[in-house]
Amino acid sequence: MDSSTWIGITSIAASAICMGIGAVGPALGEARALGQALSSIAQQPDEAGSISRTLFIGLAMIESIAIYCFVISIILIFANPFWNHTIEKIVGNGGV
Amino acid sequence: MEITPDHLVLWRWGFLQLNATVIFTWAVMLLLVLAAWLATRKIAVEGPRSAWATALEAIVAGIRNQVREISGGLQGDACLPFVGTLFLFILVSNELDMVPGWHAPTGSLSTTAALAICVAVAVPFFGIRKAGLKGYLHHYLSPTAFMAPFHIVSEISRTLALAVRLFGNIMSGSMVVAILLALAPLFFPVLMQVLGLLIGLIQAYIFAVLAMVYIAAAIRRQEDLPQEQKQ
Repeated sequence: MDSSTWIGITSIAASAICMGIGAVGPALGEARALGQALSSIAQQPDEAGSISRTLFIGLAMIESIAIYCFVISIILIFANPFWNHTIEKIVGNGGV
Repeated sequence: MEITPDHLVLWRWGFLQLNATVIFTWAVMLLLVLAAWLATRKIAVEGPRSAWATALEAIVAGIRNQVREISGGLQGDACLPFVGTLFLFILVSNELDMVPGWHAPTGSLSTTAALAICVAVAVPFFGIRKAGLKGYLHHYLSPTAFMAPFHIVSEISRTLALAVRLFGNIMSGSMVVAILLALAPLFFPVLMQVLGLLIGLIQAYIFAVLAMVYIAAAIRRQEDLPQEQKQ
């Protein structure tokens, strides 16, 4: 296998691992935050407005970690700098 | 597959080239300005007013209430134009994603980075206007001077997070629809687009609320400062 194949394999595997593991932590965190917020609203319905606003901000903060992983996976698949470099080198040498 | 509308050049003249991001940003700006101008054209304190003016008033009052709640008082009114404009711009550009052929300018990292940098500039602006340069810079040295690098790193990282969060959400929405169109073109893309509407609204809300929280924190720090010094 030449180097371009290895770059393809590692990019796809790395993006899959990144997205897979990167989704677990934020999912657990969001579930915990949501559960706490729901029980708080059940205890104090009057504070529902401020609780849910704080919840949204917190969820956005937690979710941004998953979004980082997602953006890196997307870059690895659709706009991979290493892959583009290899392709440019192959094209520059006049074909495979 | 394109992950950003930046590469889509619609008009070129010499060195100048206009990509889809710029064009659609101008379209959103034009839409907002025209709607606001038309709604407030014949506005008056007395007498009947048009439905458009009433709708606009309801939107502005709703944003003002939210801003006041977050900033904890009337002092938030100073940043109402800034935060409200951020919210309306992001909201309109996200929700118009339903129009065929529309490339949301918020789906480009350039736009979201520009918006996040606006917030990063607005935070010290409102903070300095409230308490002066010395009072604002003092918070970097609290509790000790060793914390200054951490304060700076946190401001950089939250600006980055603001930009990447909006970009990632909007870009992922359109990308998931594009992938589903290839896999199951009949019904599921519609559902994902409905979800995209909701995500666009939530992200616009979150961006505006986070901007307001950062500004409110900068303003509120100045109010806490004299009390700490007294003690």
